[in-house]
Amino acid sequence: MMTQYQEKAVVIRREQLSADNVRLTFECPDIAAAAYPGQFVMIRVGTGNDPLLRRPFSIHQAHKEGLLQVYFKIVGRGTEMLAEVGEGAEVSILGPLGRGFRLVESPACLVGGGLGIAPLLFLARELSRLQRDCGLDTVILGGRSRSEVEPLVKDFEQFGMTVVTTTDDGSYGQRGFVTAAFSSLSLPASCAVYCCGPEPMMAGMNVLCRARGNSCQVSVESVMACGMGACLGCSKPTRGGGYVHVCVDGPVFDAEEMVWNI
Amino acid sequence: MEYLNGGVRIPDLRVDIGPLSLANPVMTASGTFGYAREFESLLNLRRLGAIIVKGISLHPRSGNPPPRIIETACGMLNAIGLQNVGVDRFIVEKIPYLGTLGVPIIVNILGDSLDEYRHITEKLSGCGTVAAIEINISCPNVKKGGVAFGADPAMAAAVTRTVREAAAVPVIVKLSPNVTDVTVIAKAVEDGGATAVSLINTLIGMAIDLKRRRPALANVCGGLSGPAIKPVALRMVYQVAQAVSIPIIGIGGIATAEDALEFMLAGATAVQIGTANFVNPRASEEVVDGIGNYVLQEKLPSVREVIGALETG
Ligand SMILES: Cc1cc2nc3c(=O)[nH]c(=O)nc-3n(C[C@H](O)[C@H](O)[C@H](O)COP(=O)(O)OP(=O)(O)OC[C@H]3O[C@@H](n4cnc5c(N)ncnc54)[C@H](O)[C@@H]3O)c2cc1C
Ligand SMILES: Cc1cc2nc3c(=O)[nH]c(=O)nc-3n(C[C@H](O)[C@H](O)[C@H](O)COP(=O)(O)O)c2cc1C
Ligand code: FES
Repeated sequence: MMTQYQEKAVVIRREQLSADNVRLTFECPDIAAAAYPGQFVMIRVGTGNDPLLRRPFSIHQAHKEGLLQVYFKIVGRGTEMLAEVGEGAEVSILGPLGRGFRLVESPACLVGGGLGIAPLLFLARELSRLQRDCGLDTVILGGRSRSEVEPLVKDFEQFGMTVVTTTDDGSYGQRGFVTAAFSSLSLPASCAVYCCGPEPMMAGMNVLCRARGNSCQVSVESVMACGMGACLGCSKPTRGGGYVHVCVDGPVFDAEEMVWNI
Repeated sequence: MEYLNGGVRIPDLRVDIGPLSLANPVMTASGTFGYAREFESLLNLRRLGAIIVKGISLHPRSGNPPPRIIETACGMLNAIGLQNVGVDRFIVEKIPYLGTLGVPIIVNILGDSLDEYRHITEKLSGCGTVAAIEINISCPNVKKGGVAFGADPAMAAAVTRTVREAAAVPVIVKLSPNVTDVTVIAKAVEDGGATAVSLINTLIGMAIDLKRRRPALANVCGGLSGPAIKPVALRMVYQVAQAVSIPIIGIGGIATAEDALEFMLAGATAVQIGTANFVNPRASEEVVDGIGNYVLQEKLPSVREVIGALETG
């Protein structure tokens, strides 16, 4: 059984990466030390009864020295409240939760769309630490426009990977979707694809990877109440019939295991 | 009140649910605590008064399609669809671990016919670890056109009698709040032989996604839980306490020791912590601590002094 912690984490840095996107760095030693790429945390955004439930966020980066980062977009009341948390404030974090990415030795292609970029930074660092040549690794970062992509490019470049960028509006990098950028790359069939982003993008990646014979792991989302397998609220149908629970069976799955509605 | 060496006082938190003695009045509510193991690294399970596990049926159930949950003001709606591993796998896979905890394990059961309830009870009675059975009577009775067992006094009494006859352990009947008069059902199950009643189960509610013009839950309706339902639950516990003489277990929006003590004042002998486990996995243990502090501060000989001690008029 994996050990989880409920920690009072102190915000030590708050970065506004774009109008809607915020990155928080927490002093959160127990969770940070136990974290694995692709896992997530449940954060209590307030202290009262409304909103009641914690909100799930991928672990953006974690350092054994005790720092943990999340990178999120303001989409509703909970994320709005979290965005208002200032440096020095204390926040309750539960984690690390779920099953993360399976790291493989073969060349890697990381594909992130929008806020799906979040879990890939931690993954990139851990891949760079394996005894393998990162020169063959590629990361494709896509977003609606420049502000969703540009602020993260340097963070990925430090691991020696080739960074390809796309924006829907062409304001930064290639114009178009990450799927198009992925199609135009010539990658070996042994290349392992790690992917996180909006559902249609992951559905598209599944099709492309199957056609090219690449393995494809995806990090998926679901509404969650507990994040730890207790409420059974986060079910998703699988191709084999029946349901999996995103919080304990995932959030990372093999893309071909899942049902994709395109 | 007991004393440790050095004069440290230990509050007397023991309560009895019929023949079942608990070290303290705090239990976890069915469906909100998994099979307990999920929480083992987050709190000391051994400190709980009892553990109630996810509702078990005769055969495995895969549950409802998603979305199954939605947050609402100070609460949440769920339509899990009673997903569970079925009684046989429960006994093989979950019971051995639960047996190591040294805490009374109460198994919540559900069925869609009297036969099914009897069958599960017989299977559970065979394994020593089960300290009591809690019957979820909020399920539809297939033979009676899908009317919930808990909505009809005669049907509620019949389930109680059926389980009671097959059970070697105390039987708790978990009452549904979705009835006109909960005291009528409470009296019926008392007559049917219930050791105790627990209440309330979730209140049926609904949420709508305005943007999509669709129900927020795939199942359309779901059960409301959390702080939002506490006043309703307190009222029902209070009413049932006037109507029956068996012990009552209070449930509904309890997150703190203060909440728990209010239910005890209203007449509950014990309480269950539900949705609060999702927000704070340590909630149940913190409630045990808080009740202990209250007993010491108020210099009560025992927490039992609080039960039904509400002053009215
Ligand atoms: C495992 C996991 C990891 C996640 N990682 C990140 C991350 O790293 N960065 C990030 O920005 N977001 C992430 N999310 C999504 C994030 O949890 C939601 O954006 C957040 O819960 C919204 O809360 P809110 O109160 O602001 O919005 P609400 O008021 O609850 O909802 C506002 C809008 O957001 C949608 N929404 C709510 N919950 C989710 C959800 N779980 N997934 C998708 N849409 C949702 C609602 O449908 C609604 O349209 C993750 C979700 C999961 C399940
Ligand atoms: C996600 C979820 C699942 C539940 N599953 C069950 C169940 O299987 N059997 C049952 O009797 N009650 C079930 N309940 C009801 C709770 O045990 C409890 O009665 C109710 O949630 C009210 O308490 P609370 O406000 O403290 O959560 C469930 C509640 C929730 C939120
Ligand atoms: S969120 Fe509760 S089981 Fe997954």
